[in-house]
Amino acid sequence: MYISFDLLSNALVSGLLLGGFYAAVTIGISISFGMLDIVNIAHPAFIILGSYTAYIANSVFGFDPILSSIVLMPAFYLLGVAIYYIYDISFERRGDTSIRGLAFFFGLLFITEVTLVLVFGVDYRLVDAPYIGPSIHLGVVDLPLRLLIPFMVSMALVGGLQLYISRTFIGRAIQAVAQDPSALRLMAADPSRIKQIAFGLSIATASVAGAILIIIQPVEPSIARDYIGRIFAICVMGGLGSFGGTVLAAIILGIMESLTSTFYGPSWSPAVAFGFLLLTLAVRPAGLFGRR
Amino acid sequence: MNGNIRFGILSLIVAAATFAVALLIGNAYVFFAGYVVLQYIVLATAWNILGGFTGYVNFGTAAFFALGAYSTVLLHKTVPMLPLPVMMAVGGLISGLVGLGMGYLTLRLKGTFFSIATLAMAVVAQTLITNWNFVGGSRGAYIIRPSVSPIFTGDYIQYLFVVMLLLSVISVLIARSIQHSKLGYGFAAIRDDEVAAEATGVPTLKLKLIATALSGALMGMAGAPLPYYVTYLDPASGFSLSYAVNTIAMPLIGGTATWLGPVIGAVLLATLQQVATVTISSALSLLLVGVLLVVFVIAAPKGIVGWFSPRIQPNRPSPAE
Repeated sequence: MYISFDLLSNALVSGLLLGGFYAAVTIGISISFGMLDIVNIAHPAFIILGSYTAYIANSVFGFDPILSSIVLMPAFYLLGVAIYYIYDISFERRGDTSIRGLAFFFGLLFITEVTLVLVFGVDYRLVDAPYIGPSIHLGVVDLPLRLLIPFMVSMALVGGLQLYISRTFIGRAIQAVAQDPSALRLMAADPSRIKQIAFGLSIATASVAGAILIIIQPVEPSIARDYIGRIFAICVMGGLGSFGGTVLAAIILGIMESLTSTFYGPSWSPAVAFGFLLLTLAVRPAGLFGRR
Repeated sequence: MNGNIRFGILSLIVAAATFAVALLIGNAYVFFAGYVVLQYIVLATAWNILGGFTGYVNFGTAAFFALGAYSTVLLHKTVPMLPLPVMMAVGGLISGLVGLGMGYLTLRLKGTFFSIATLAMAVVAQTLITNWNFVGGSRGAYIIRPSVSPIFTGDYIQYLFVVMLLLSVISVLIARSIQHSKLGYGFAAIRDDEVAAEATGVPTLKLKLIATALSGALMGMAGAPLPYYVTYLDPASGFSLSYAVNTIAMPLIGGTATWLGPVIGAVLLATLQQVATVTISSALSLLLVGVLLVVFVIAAPKGIVGWFSPRIQPNRPSPAE
């Protein structure tokens, strides 16, 4: 098969940009699932919720979707804190996180999706911003701004979180709770309070991730499901909770999907992430970059 | 064994009575709605064999179900003369084998990975079917439903109803006999503490594979008659997430520890949904299922069955100590 150089390099570059965006979508799961061991399969639904809040801010009030999503992060943080509170008293304290905890988040996923359908319908929604449309041309490679800006926002988000986790007291406590909650208790810190903060943070990232999602593609409520497998695939490949691993795995997946959809057609690209996830789980469950 | 035979005869009598009542009402809609309720009894019971008895959560019900349905589409296009029960056996075999293969790949891992893998499997299966033009691809496939029942005189929908009624009797019988067998105690040991079970000589991987294959096979058999019921099948409706949500919600609402819970949950929830779909709207009836699921897992961890059983709390270690 003849592969044109232009096509290949464009597919690689857009895969790289797409992968950067996937990192923002996954980073919340890397915190909640990777570090706190909370299987929040409802996370993609909160990302879609973030898309819709950005959509309202943009279409009703005319704000920039990304700026408004950053302003809305505290609201998402509080939502996360509230969800963790219910999860903590209902499941973690009873020592019953497996079946019922999973079913709880599955129920939340479904409720969020159906509520969005009831409120907004199943039409695709888009936002309007000056950087949607134009591209930068570097030789044969096109850099569409509607992929480049999300890539940069995503990298800033992940970098900021990495700084927070490694430099601040609370951030280090979150790392500690991921390693050994009972040791944290011996240090006179309350693990469930730290987990609450961390879970709030993970949901706060969904606001920004949702805003850049609706910049990249039109959004309707059920696309949350396409992201479930993708983000868990990235999180597991990235070695559960390692931010660097998450970014690398996200970029690898982005490039693979972009190559698949360029050379085989977009209808095959969902299977790439899931196939890769199944393979990773079967062959190397600790992830490509995992230490365990 | 004696108890199982007695229970089998009893449930056949209940099944016959159900069919007689449906005939007495004499409205075709009763059969259409009843078929869905029965289908969910099979799905919920099948899910519970893996999810309730061994504690492994399967999010991929829709995949096993749709594989059964699509194997019927394939058989209908290649050997249309096959009777429906044979098609169901083939669908069950395919879904059972897929369950076995997937279990073999992922069941050595922690339970959550298995759950995520089942979600992943559903999307892979849907992508494959969407890209497979012979069974209709993304456009979907039309199946012409025969007009009369091949065995007794009556509409074909009555035949579908009877077939699903028998399948639900069979799956409840399987679930009940497992619950009181050595196999069932092995499953319960895995659910309560897998490491301890392994250490005391329970062949955990083998038992989990049996549960996955059996559960998958029953789901496939439940899906096999679907093309004849809907007459038009496309990947989006066959793989619909609502199958997965309903199938998880029903056992959890009914109670997962026994065979009875999923049956109660399926009858209540599926009937409620049929009524709500007709009287309110189908989106709201789905919302209702989601809300009930969340409320029940928070407020009634043992389900409806738990309300009536004696309150004996097993000794659970308190968390994080």
